[in-house]
Amino acid sequence: MHNSKLVKFLRGCFHLVIKGNAAYYAWMGFLLLLIIIGVGAYVRQMQYGLITTNMRDSVSWAFYIGNFTFLVGVAAAAVVLVIPAYIYHWKPIKEIVILGELLAISSIIMCLLFVTVDIGRPERVWHMLPFIGKLHFPSSLLAWDFIVLNLYLVLNVVIVAYILYKSFSNEEHNKKFIIPLVFFAIPMAVSIHTVTAFLYNGLSARPFWNSAILAPKFLCSAFCSGPAILLILLQILRKTSNLEIKDEGIWKIAELMAYAAFINLFLFGAEVFKEYYSGTHHLLYHQYMFWGIGEHKAIVPFAWLSLFCNITAFLLFMIPATRKNFYTLNIGCLLIYSGVYIEKGMTLIIPGFTPDTLGEIYEYTPSLNEVLIAAGIFSVGFLVYTLMVKIAIPIIMGKFHVDQPVVSSRTHV
Amino acid sequence: MEQNHSQTDSGQCPVSRRHFLKGAAGVISALALGACDAKKLEELMQKHFHEMSKEELARAIARLESEYAEKYKTAIKVDATGPMEHTLFGYALDLSRCIGCRRCVYACVKENNLPREPQIHWIRVLELDKEKGVDLAHANSYYDAETVPREGHFYMPVACQHCKHPPCVKSCPVSATWKEPDGIVVIDSNWCIGCRCCMAACPYGARHFNWADPQIPPNEINTNTHYLGNRPRYKGIVEKCSYCIQRTRQGLYPACVEICPVGARKFGNLLDPESEIRYAMETKRVFILKEELNTQPSFFYFYSL
Repeated sequence: MHNSKLVKFLRGCFHLVIKGNAAYYAWMGFLLLLIIIGVGAYVRQMQYGLITTNMRDSVSWAFYIGNFTFLVGVAAAAVVLVIPAYIYHWKPIKEIVILGELLAISSIIMCLLFVTVDIGRPERVWHMLPFIGKLHFPSSLLAWDFIVLNLYLVLNVVIVAYILYKSFSNEEHNKKFIIPLVFFAIPMAVSIHTVTAFLYNGLSARPFWNSAILAPKFLCSAFCSGPAILLILLQILRKTSNLEIKDEGIWKIAELMAYAAFINLFLFGAEVFKEYYSGTHHLLYHQYMFWGIGEHKAIVPFAWLSLFCNITAFLLFMIPATRKNFYTLNIGCLLIYSGVYIEKGMTLIIPGFTPDTLGEIYEYTPSLNEVLIAAGIFSVGFLVYTLMVKIAIPIIMGKFHVDQPVVSSRTHV
Repeated sequence: MEQNHSQTDSGQCPVSRRHFLKGAAGVISALALGACDAKKLEELMQKHFHEMSKEELARAIARLESEYAEKYKTAIKVDATGPMEHTLFGYALDLSRCIGCRRCVYACVKENNLPREPQIHWIRVLELDKEKGVDLAHANSYYDAETVPREGHFYMPVACQHCKHPPCVKSCPVSATWKEPDGIVVIDSNWCIGCRCCMAACPYGARHFNWADPQIPPNEINTNTHYLGNRPRYKGIVEKCSYCIQRTRQGLYPACVEICPVGARKFGNLLDPESEIRYAMETKRVFILKEELNTQPSFFYFYSL
């Protein structure tokens, strides 16, 4: 009995996933193409080694790890939207929570892929498995990160699968089971980003990161970028499907983002003050970031662009008129997303290594191969998200359930 | 991928649950790689240096030696001599004498089988301004060694400082690097996953990554190697100075000490009151690099003049 329901569910999912309109096939085709190109680039990297990247001994982590850091933030923030939804029983956000958790799942998958492509010996990754390998816990922060990221992934998969499957079965959720998990996901979300910040923060060799403000700043910027993606996705979803998402829900999220963007800017200001007023040797890294050192200025335009994006977006979210206008709201989302992406992806990691510990300046910009691999990984993330949403939305809308295991009307995603 | 062995090896060891789990993990990775032959599998499943029994270590060494013989067409001996009792190695470098000739750098390259392509140097010699003192922000390591010593400059070679509190060891997620009882910070080249946490953690730029498959001309190979030191390394892993573990554990000086034309380098057992290093420590005023980080290097600098 139970078995046949599961079979129905899986067959229904399969149907949902393979059927779609032309736009859906075009989108999937586009993602698959990028994934194939990315795999090709990765094969090249495996063959020749990480020499195919532009990383070298001086700048030994760069674009991959930057993307990883950014996506940890997205994964964390998507779930923190659970707080208003569950604590205040706030209707318009509830559907958003499921979509947020799906975003968290795809982000964590991307994170794990970015770490995998960054390591030199991926086939030895089993050395990190507790008891089987030799995980250096609790000493190594990467060991912590490995644990919390995987735990967080499993947690979100369990929550989403449980809720969706129960809805599919037309059964009540066992609140005693699911609510504690949902609440546990909140501190877990905070912890994945905190631990990732500590990965850099704990390194006394790198004064640029060795500042207590790093973890709080990570959280604030994540609460800007994660919801920014969600806001855009929600608008796309309510246009392309019949899912009801109220304007109030979207505005509320935008308001929360304004607070986060402000604290992020404030912490940034505090850091800039400390560095420039005390003016120690450690100022060098900020100087490299904002003004360049000698002829080495590759990162300078990015640093200013990121700052400009973050300030403008903050203003757009803060002023009620621009927050409630979907045109300016979307510009704000794009700006804050870009601002945080540049900050986490480039201006956090690279100045930390430039100049290196013995004063050498190696100017890093990503190689084409790195960019192709990164594009492939992002495509995997989008692909996973699209497939999951394709299944989740009909369930949320009650169109796909045990008595109607094949959705007759076409759902557009 | 770098090596392709057709030879098979039928290993017979009792299969415990732990073995089995390790094996399972290894097999999965092996399949993922499409590497199916037995030797490749054995390499993949090799245990951490500390967890191998004597027999397992001997087997691993035999496998490594045959791999190296095939790759470099020379018989290479891999030794695994442990630390001597009552020994704590220390190093002192006289900045007044060093002329920046980089002979130590190249002696190290030869002795330790450092990759010639892409080039790795375990020792980096910094040219510093006498006016500014030890100010790393103005250090230059790309000076012309033919014209040294240059007016107004002094020279500071930097390699692994073999810290008492090594931040690299702390950061490694798989315990692939550790401090030996004689003070040497070592790496298990077959255990390192190449995540480069240690490189981000090291305040002295002492750790180097094999960005590509390391190339050494077979006729330049040093065939006298140590498991935790100068045996040929692999693509995708981190390497570093081991105080010439293959020499110093046999009572010899490191190659850089031996080659130094001005006698700027002193090495010895810090626990031996008669040693040269103790003499340097007691008669000179020594300092350590980046003292404020509390890494407590076993590598000291001093000015004799």
